[in-house]
Amino acid sequence: MTYTAAALLGVVAAIGVDLFLLRTRLVRRVVFWATYPIIIVFQLLSNGILTGRRIVIYDPAAIIGWRIAYAPVEDLLFGFAMVLLTLSVWVWLGRRGVQREPRAGEGSALLRFARARLDERTGQRKSADM
Amino acid sequence: MSHLAYLLVLAGCLVCAIWLEPVLRVNVLRRWRRLLLTLLPVIVVFVLWDLAAIAAGHWTFDPEQTTGILLPGGLPVDELLFFVVVPVCAVLGFEAVRAVLRRPAGDGDE
Repeated sequence: MTYTAAALLGVVAAIGVDLFLLRTRLVRRVVFWATYPIIIVFQLLSNGILTGRRIVIYDPAAIIGWRIAYAPVEDLLFGFAMVLLTLSVWVWLGRRGVQREPRAGEGSALLRFARARLDERTGQRKSADM
Repeated sequence: MSHLAYLLVLAGCLVCAIWLEPVLRVNVLRRWRRLLLTLLPVIVVFVLWDLAAIAAGHWTFDPEQTTGILLPGGLPVDELLFFVVVPVCAVLGFEAVRAVLRRPAGDGDE
């Protein structure tokens, strides 16, 4: 099997785990698709260094040959499968009751401050409307 | 120094994501048991994939730019750490987005 075939299979398997095995259905959630573009930027960066500097070297016969920022396009699929599996297991564990708390953002002074300012502004706008 | 090239890339990834823990209080490291249980299956699956790919010759690692410490099957320890660092960064990023957007992810938050 080529890396191309293995990577495609990996994506299908990860989606299968997310939708049917663990039923986390992250690929149908906004929060996943809001996270993935951020992750992909860092993936292209780190993967670009790993392949551009030839720290990792690919057999040309195993890949289709399309490259994005030095890295074979298959790496994007590999990365997607790994990130989706990771987040699916993480969410599944939470659903099973493993360390739901403390939740994300709980106790962040920065978030509290930003929300207070936001509420203030929307509050002002609302009173101006009236 | 160049033997640390792969490890430096991983350190760079961690630096880019780890600040989310104290600044946004994503509380991922504080939920370390859940994090370790998440890493376990991911590491197993992707190490197996990696070993198969190495055996099939899909990719090789430059011995000059990796630590040179090889695990059974020819897996560089650098690559094993990749399967620790990247999932940790992914969870940190995911929880940061949740903290800001407050959209449900389905783990008892709906």
